[in-house]
Parts: sequence; structure tokens; C-alpha cells
Amino acid sequence: MSTLGKATSKLPLFIFLTPILLWLFLLIVLPHIDLLRMSFRIENDYGDMVWSVSNYLEFFREPIYWLTFTRTALYAIIVTFLTLCISLPVAFYITKVAPPKFRGFLSLLLLMPFWVSELVRIYGWMILLRESGVINHFLVEWGILQQPVEMLYNDVAMTMGLVYTSMLFMVVPLLSVMDSLDDSLIEAAFDLGSNMFTIVWKIIIPHAMPGIASGSIVVFMLSLGNYLTPNLMGGKNALWFTEQIYNQFIASFNWNQGSAFGFLLLVLSSLIIFIGLRLTNQKLSKVVQ
Amino acid sequence: MKKKVLSLMVAGGFILGLGSGVSAETLELLTWTGYAPKSLVEKFEKETGITVNTTFSNNEEMIAKLRATRGAGFDLAQPSQDRISSVQEKFNIYQPIDYTKIDAKLIVPSMLEAVKKNTMVDGKSYGVPHVYGTSGLIVNKKTAAGADDYTALLDPQYEGRVSYRLKRPTLIAMAFAEGKDPFALYGDAEKYEALMESIGQKLIDAKGLVKTYWANGDALLQSMRSGEVNVAMAWDNGGWKLNAENPDIDFVAPKSGALGWIDTFTIPAKAKNVEGAYKWINFMMRPENAAVFTNAEKYGTASAGAIEFYDDAVKANFQRSFSQADVDNIKWYPPVPAKLEAIEGKILDKVKASQ
Repeated sequence: MSTLGKATSKLPLFIFLTPILLWLFLLIVLPHIDLLRMSFRIENDYGDMVWSVSNYLEFFREPIYWLTFTRTALYAIIVTFLTLCISLPVAFYITKVAPPKFRGFLSLLLLMPFWVSELVRIYGWMILLRESGVINHFLVEWGILQQPVEMLYNDVAMTMGLVYTSMLFMVVPLLSVMDSLDDSLIEAAFDLGSNMFTIVWKIIIPHAMPGIASGSIVVFMLSLGNYLTPNLMGGKNALWFTEQIYNQFIASFNWNQGSAFGFLLLVLSSLIIFIGLRLTNQKLSKVVQ
Repeated sequence: MKKKVLSLMVAGGFILGLGSGVSAETLELLTWTGYAPKSLVEKFEKETGITVNTTFSNNEEMIAKLRATRGAGFDLAQPSQDRISSVQEKFNIYQPIDYTKIDAKLIVPSMLEAVKKNTMVDGKSYGVPHVYGTSGLIVNKKTAAGADDYTALLDPQYEGRVSYRLKRPTLIAMAFAEGKDPFALYGDAEKYEALMESIGQKLIDAKGLVKTYWANGDALLQSMRSGEVNVAMAWDNGGWKLNAENPDIDFVAPKSGALGWIDTFTIPAKAKNVEGAYKWINFMMRPENAAVFTNAEKYGTASAGAIEFYDDAVKANFQRSFSQADVDNIKWYPPVPAKLEAIEGKILDKVKASQ
């Protein structure tokens, strides 16, 4: 009787799980298996496809590929750090300082830019920053600049674009951890004569650590996998690793090399996150809660 | 949170399921921006009752899209004639054209013959010419009067005012500007790679001069309009469009030869509406329709007799930019052998990655 009861109670669960499992399996697992298979195949001199690891070796053999990856990863880390520096005060302000009735409104303001697509947001930035753009126009008008300068197409513009695009994904997890921070801890710290820096360093950051870690993972992955922002705002110097994957698939027709790069990106970025979690003594199972 | 995700996924599944019940006859067209003007699409829909769905793309993406589905999903594609035969040999994504279904009277005979020859695989041809044009220089004559060849793109006096695409035509144009003939080396991959390596190095050395590598034609025109870019390598129609707004800017046929391309109609291997595709081809090649396209987009058309319907300004464009010698000097792309794309892709990556 008891076993039957268990079986029937699990049936609805399976019914509801089926779409997700099918979704995951058909649209994510299967294509990845095919890509993985493809990444181990190359065309030999006779035009036949054979098994080989040379697609992966190519990444380490050709400096341009691993240099591009290193550069991409470094910039993604910088972007993650900057996003954190901006989001932490924002999240603190919304949860602790702003009057409660404005909290919803402020969160909504943060969400607003995400109602339009990333492409539109990036073009908006381009209109602002370009040499004949809005900011330059006013700077020249007010006599601050003699001549318009190009603010677009460099690493600073690109980094700013990436920070802007990913800020929300850092603020949201921070809001939820900050909410659970007890105000009396901060008050007590003030009473005991500690300054602002100590409070941030000893109370707020340790408390917010799970939120910081999960936000950082999301922002890091989003920046690393971004294609539009580096391409449009970074311009001529910003070769992003995703663009190299795109180039392999589209321009060179070399899907095998492209899928090898795709898997390298997956493995290497997971590795970076693993190291990051280790360094900050976090557990993945706790962070993703 | 998990529950929300779940219900979203379920909802998504329903929407996907519902979307597939469309019944009216459609034509899925994979083409370049501007190749299916709205007025012509509406006229065609009225005449035939077929709904036209357009997807805008470029050569590389068209091939990648069709390769991913092994030639399904579209009824008609428009790759350039030089990119068809090697792709067809390798991936088998098109079906042979039945030339009896095409009204040959509508097409300039020499172009039809040339495209038939260049797109032939195993005795069958895969393309019908539609549009032709050239790549050369768009120059602002006020600020860059001396620019008359591709070498202007490497000239320090135009520092920060230069733009080009980081795609194979740029490499090929630079090779011609050096007095080399890259097309002659198409058969010799090693020599071709050495030549392209040296061209790539030149582009890297002169990278500081470049404003940005353009990828979107409209974005380039915007930069030229605002004076951010004064010399660019681009398609002739862009220069002519700008000339109509600002007479200082014009297309210039470079001394070492403009690069001539012909875009075609091809029918993907698993096209569903093949009859509709032929209808669209014959419709677009009718002189009055072809002229509507040319008057709007400024590209030349392979339609015979369309010239009678051209605007005077369009005729004047061609005469202004091309002397007879320039026309004779146009370098028409021969079919690209396989493997060259990989060589070029790597060099272009290097140029983009260099600091």
C-alpha cells in the first residue's frame, strides 16, 4: 500500500518534469553531443573526415587564439569586478537607505533599460558616444572641447557597455541578500566606534557573499559569452573569443574548429569560476540557492 | 522561482506547438538587405497570392544557415556567383536550376552564360544572375581629394578617417593594388596564403589609421555623412546614394580595378515552394520591376531592357564613376575554391586581434 501511494504521488511530478527534460535533452544535450563529436573531427588531405584532437591543439598552438581567450577572460573579470563595485552601493541604498515605499519603484527603474533589446541599448550608447554624437556635441557647444573626440571603439567604451548590460544581474541577487541583513548589526558597529570602511568590509560583504558570488558568476558568464557589445562598441581592436567562434563557423566554414573553441570556452570558463569559488571559500551548491 | 521557470517553459512549449499551423502559400526568401523592396513584394503578393517572407543576410551567413539545415527552411537564396560551386560540391545545399522555367529573354545573355559556367558542378548549373555591382572606394572629395586607389586606405594622411570591411574583398583589393593578381593564385593555396599573409601584415601595420571596421552598410553611410570617415572601401551603390545627398561624396572606381560581383538566385536543396521561387525570379527580372529595384538601390541588374526604365540620375551615376577604361578594368570574381576561406579567415582574425 505504502509503495503504491508513493508511486502515484510521484506521477504528477514526472508529468510536469517531462517538458523540461525533453527541452533540456532535445534542445541542449543532443546538440552539444553533436558539437562535441564534431569538435574531434578534421578533414585530412584527401578531403575525408577523420578523428583527431588537432582542433583543440590548434587553440594552444596558435597564439592568436589563446591570447584572444586570455584577453576576453581578463576583461570579463574586470567587468565583473566593476559591476560589483557599482551594484553593491546601489543594492545597499535600495534595501537600507531608501524609504520602503520607493523600493519597488527604484527596482523598477533598474529593470527599465531591459525592456528594450540589447541591440537597441548598444545603439543608444553609440549615438551618445560617437564622434558626431550627443555628448561630443554638447562638450563642444559649451566650449569644454575644441574638437569632438572619438569616445567609441576602444576598450573603455566596451567595458562600460558590458558593465551597463550586466548590472541588473548583479543587483538582483544582492538585493535579496541585503534584505536579510539585520540593521542592528550595523548600528551596533557604529556604536562600538567602527568606521564605514570596517562596516562594509567586516559586516556587509561577508553577509552578502553568497549574493556576490552568484551575481559574479552570472555577470562573468554573460560578459564572456557576449558578442554584440564588444563587436559594436569595441570596434576595431576588440576581438572577443565568441567572435572567433562565430568566424570559424560562418566565415571559414570550419564548424569542427568552431565547436572545439566552443567547448574550450565552456571548460575554461567553468574552471575560472571553480577557482574563483575556491579562492573566496564558497560552495556552488550554496551560491545557486 | 523554480515553479515560475517551469510554468514559463510549459507555456513556451504550447506557443511553439501552436505556431506551426499556417496554411497560406508562402515563399521563404533568404537575401541581402534591399534586394526585396516592399513595393515589389506587395505587387508580387497581389499577382500570385503568395506571401513573401524575407530574411536578410550575407554570403557567409546564407551558406552557414543552409548548411545547418542541409538546404531546408528557404525556397530561394541569393549568394554571390563565386561562392556557389565549391559550397555545392562540399555541402550539397542547392538544387540544379531548371532553365526552361526561366524566361531567358528577360536576362542579359552574356551574364546568364557566365553565371551558368561559374556555378556548374557535375554538368549542372545552380545560379541565375540577378544583381551586379562593384566594390571600390567611397571618397569625400573635399577632404580626401587624392584618394583614387585602394592604397589610400593605408595612407597616413587620412589617419582616423578610413574604414573598410574586415572581409575577403579587402584582402583581394589590396593584393590588386600591389600589382599582384590574387585570382591567378586561386589554384595554388600555398602561394595564395603567402600573398595574403603579406597583405594581412600591411593591414596590421596601418591599423592605427582605421576609424573602425564596418560591418553594416547603413552604419558606414552614416559615418561618411557625418564626416567621421572620408575614405572607405565599399559597394558602389552606397557612394551613389550619398552622392544624391551630398555631391562631395562619390563612388570612385580604383585605379587597380573595381571588384565586380554578381549576386544570383539559387534554390536550396530542400525548398518547399520551388514553383513559387521560379515565379519570383521571373517576376523580379521583368524590366519594369528590375528598374524599380535599381532606381531604389542603385545596383545594376541583370535584367535585359531594364535600362529603359532607369532614372536619369541612375544612368549618370555609372557614367560619372566609370570611364570605359575603368569598366574594362573591373576584376570579376572567379569561383572561390574550397579551403581559401579558412586561410583568409585566420589572417582576418589576426588583423582584428592585433593592437
